[in-house]
Amino acid sequence: MAAIELRDVVKTFGAIRAVDGLDLEVAEGLCLGLLGPNGAGKSTTMRLLTGQAIADSGELRVLGHELPGGAKDARAEMGVVPQLDNLDIDVTVEDNLRIFARLYRCGDVPAAVDRALDLARLQDRRRDAVDELSGGMRRRLLVARGLIHEPKLVLLDEPTVGLDPQIRAQVWDLVGELRAQGTTILMSTHYIEEAERLAEEVALMAKGRIIARGRPDLLIAEHAGERTAEVYAPPERRAKVRAEAEAAGLSVRPAGPAIAIVGAERATNGVVPDDAVLRPASLEDVFVLLTGEELE
Amino acid sequence: MRRLEPAAITGVMSREVANFRTFWKSTVFSSTVEPIVYLLAFGLGLGATIVTQIDGLDYVEFVGTGMVATAVIFSSVFPAMFGTFVKHRFQNTYDAILAAPVDVEELVTAEMLWIGLRAAVFGCFPLLITILFFGLDPEWGMFLVPFFCFVTSLGFAGFGIAVAGTVAKIDQFNYVTTLLITPMFLVAGTFFPIDELPEGAQVVANFNPLYQLVELVRAAAFGFEATDLIRLGVLILFAFVAWRIAIRQLTKRLID
Repeated sequence: MAAIELRDVVKTFGAIRAVDGLDLEVAEGLCLGLLGPNGAGKSTTMRLLTGQAIADSGELRVLGHELPGGAKDARAEMGVVPQLDNLDIDVTVEDNLRIFARLYRCGDVPAAVDRALDLARLQDRRRDAVDELSGGMRRRLLVARGLIHEPKLVLLDEPTVGLDPQIRAQVWDLVGELRAQGTTILMSTHYIEEAERLAEEVALMAKGRIIARGRPDLLIAEHAGERTAEVYAPPERRAKVRAEAEAAGLSVRPAGPAIAIVGAERATNGVVPDDAVLRPASLEDVFVLLTGEELE
Repeated sequence: MRRLEPAAITGVMSREVANFRTFWKSTVFSSTVEPIVYLLAFGLGLGATIVTQIDGLDYVEFVGTGMVATAVIFSSVFPAMFGTFVKHRFQNTYDAILAAPVDVEELVTAEMLWIGLRAAVFGCFPLLITILFFGLDPEWGMFLVPFFCFVTSLGFAGFGIAVAGTVAKIDQFNYVTTLLITPMFLVAGTFFPIDELPEGAQVVANFNPLYQLVELVRAAAFGFEATDLIRLGVLILFAFVAWRIAIRQLTKRLID
């Protein structure tokens, strides 16, 4: 049984189609990265899965429960780690966990709290108020709160947005532990590195739809080849290089102040300038080629 | 899963209790001291100078029993309005709770019950102070006052939650406070009887839940009548209607 099944799901907000005929299936035990820029529909998709948004049309099933009617039952088996920090900051670490252990109907609340404190590595801070914790500790607590009931499915909504690299690494470690335990994970992100590092499969989302899906290395091989050449030059030269590369059958995408010639290993002599910077092809290359949009 | 699960409701209430433990001293202080100030100002101030008795009651006893309603409305509608708005808009607390197996109906029920229980306790303070310091004789009927306060504050909590689920900006609460809450507070029979008001105002005052509470508290202190059952029924109806409207309004706000 798939953990998540979405078929032709549509969700509009006024004139905006945030989710536009979305088809998405996530097998049990899979860690799927939902990669896309802001406004792609990732957060709306997350809210649809928890029943905090109701689809206009389409079929939704989470852990065998049909949504929206079965949303509460689905949430009982699902953990959510939100993008925004919504901990009770004046309340202690263990009280924050105890509240959610009760909300998730954990049979043994003290044991669930202890387990969560171990996961977050906050045993010695259990009686401290949340506002006394560092940013990294708060993020670990947020993750532990979403996992306190040992859910079958975990939704991570932009788990490391706005975090500094050190804290991001801590969160990645936690997610890595979850993956090792075989928990089904759906993680939305707009960070390429995060998707490549943590997800077994990546689904590229743009304008409310999935445009490509697969293992990161296979997506790159299929759509972007092995190497990408970045050319940093004034606009006139970039335009000339672009025209020559496209005439040679290569794909070229904007890359900030440069242009990126994708699949540079297939280039014939002279197409890729000598001063180009060669690097391995990436998911970002794939995304920009397929959507024409850049990830922020 | 069933509707209105006790585990969901008590779980949400446990969050309120945990937070209340961090600020209970200031809340209890203001809920205790404020009625004393009002009683001194109106009860002894006015009572010693301009008004000595109303309807056969010493003015301080008239005001002391009326102040119960004041304590109830201030400890229910404002925490409901502002607390709900802040938790939703600034703290994203409800997003966290609704990601768990809790629905909006349970969330609203829990919030109303918590506010109701608190206000039931705070509502009794003016009565206790009037008994202890201003000579009001205790009566067995007064044991029902916490229940009357609880039912009334449920209604005002629901009202406050419904308002919070409706307004777009926090300063829009000013309209509700000025146009509804302040008139309700002033024309509830707390500081003066409504009998002397124009007939139209008297009719309107009868629809004021606070007036019904004031009359019930005075009945508890000075003797019940059969019509007091109707008053209680009105308050229960007010609480029920406010509950359902609060659920509807907050659902519109929280569920896209």
